[in-house]
Amino acid sequence: MTENYTALYEEHKKLGASFTDFGGWQMPLKYGSELAEHHAVRNSAGIFDLSHMGEVWVTGPDAAEFLDYALAGKISAMAVGKAKYSLICNEAGGIIDDLIVYRRPADDEGHHRFLVVPNAGNAKVVAEALAQRAGSAREGGFEIAVDDVSDATSLIAVQGPKAEEILLRLVPAAQHELVTGLKYYAAVEVSFLVGGASRNLLLARTGYTGEDGFEIFVENDAAAALWQSIVAVADEGELTPSGLASRDSLRLEAGMPLYGNELSLEGDPFAAGLGPVVALSKEGDFVGKAALAAKKEAGAGSTSGRKLVGLKGLGRRAGRGHYPVLRDGNVVGEVTSGQPSPTLGYPVAMAYVDVAYAEPGTALDIDLRGKAEPFEVVALPFYKRSK
Amino acid sequence: MAKVAAELQYSDEHEWVSREDGNVVSIGISAVATDALGDIVYVDLPEVGSAVTAGETCGEVESTKSVSDLYSPVTGEVTEINPVVIEDPALINNDPYGAGWLFKVAADSEGPLLSAEEYAAKNGGEL
Repeated sequence: MTENYTALYEEHKKLGASFTDFGGWQMPLKYGSELAEHHAVRNSAGIFDLSHMGEVWVTGPDAAEFLDYALAGKISAMAVGKAKYSLICNEAGGIIDDLIVYRRPADDEGHHRFLVVPNAGNAKVVAEALAQRAGSAREGGFEIAVDDVSDATSLIAVQGPKAEEILLRLVPAAQHELVTGLKYYAAVEVSFLVGGASRNLLLARTGYTGEDGFEIFVENDAAAALWQSIVAVADEGELTPSGLASRDSLRLEAGMPLYGNELSLEGDPFAAGLGPVVALSKEGDFVGKAALAAKKEAGAGSTSGRKLVGLKGLGRRAGRGHYPVLRDGNVVGEVTSGQPSPTLGYPVAMAYVDVAYAEPGTALDIDLRGKAEPFEVVALPFYKRSK
Repeated sequence: MAKVAAELQYSDEHEWVSREDGNVVSIGISAVATDALGDIVYVDLPEVGSAVTAGETCGEVESTKSVSDLYSPVTGEVTEINPVVIEDPALINNDPYGAGWLFKVAADSEGPLLSAEEYAAKNGGEL
């Protein structure tokens, strides 16, 4: 697989990161202890390099109705400035990727502008699928442009209860209200002091940790300076560089799916608990609609097949991806993600189990390399921050 | 770079061996291994009195990210296990050659062991 390096690679090396390949990218796995990084995000703040994520602009007079056609959600209903979690499905209703769509203000010509953020390993596939769907969808196609700026764009996340306080130190006082007033799943252009110079950057109140936090889009040339500026304005111990290991444990506690673990081309949104993301009632056709409607009709994830659930360990051993889930010794499911929860102190896992065993309170076992360990179905998320 | 304690011997599976009284040896895992594993959250050790065989698994070490087998570097009978690491597995990360020792064996024989220099050269550790 091609090795890609983010614009922050040298920063990570300086911080002594250990690296891992993720979606074809060399990414920091951890800088020291992944448990310490996890707790830092829950208790104070962590800073993450997410530059491996994709950024694809979809712009043009037809952009809103095009995304209604290309994605599962009703994108045209989004207000300017909002963000929305959505899915891009294939004709069979399989999930090509989960992604976040940001609606930005229209340009001077009144053309709608949307920023689509897919996962690292799927960025090119998503950009190509969007471009292809623009031409093939209907006679004359849609009047839009698809511009994949992933290679030129970095993404830095600052997550945790202190995230806002830290970032405000880089924002002029006149713009503080833009940040403090920013709602969850919304984004705004804010002037940041980056390496001593002002720079307008897109700031989103989004994240993958279950904490309050932000994601900042920045051109590659200013990425290292922004990272350094954020680190420099944080007090000692206030902000911890955090790697993908803690990102994974944080998102698992928050019950958030990871593409490749919980979501896949073979899976379906209803089984994954993402039925509300699929806008079957929106006007017009969309890619995957017929197949998804049929799955819903057949009771996928509710009365038939398997359903994604949370499992809480009653012992100390953790289930891991692909371990079988048992009921009375019979296989009734499979773990998709699992590990000891650093915040809660017990093992947690997400698993697809037969709908008959998906009710919270159901006792199930995970086959831990030949030994049945007791778990209990619980409602997701495992962890919810107190507001 | 991970530290390799100079006074110990090592197996290819990253266990270290320290000679105690008579034929008794203490066994733990190297800092090279703990660095690769990440934060250790659970350890499953052989029972006192049980027989272990050099090169065969005798327990498990579980970190936040993965589960790894624990291999015995010697053949013999387990005489003692470290109760402290069972309660506080983070000790294995924090002090792998000291308080993070795992178990002791009255050894009848040893598997192939490397000197600290050989182990460090092979696994990128630092003496």
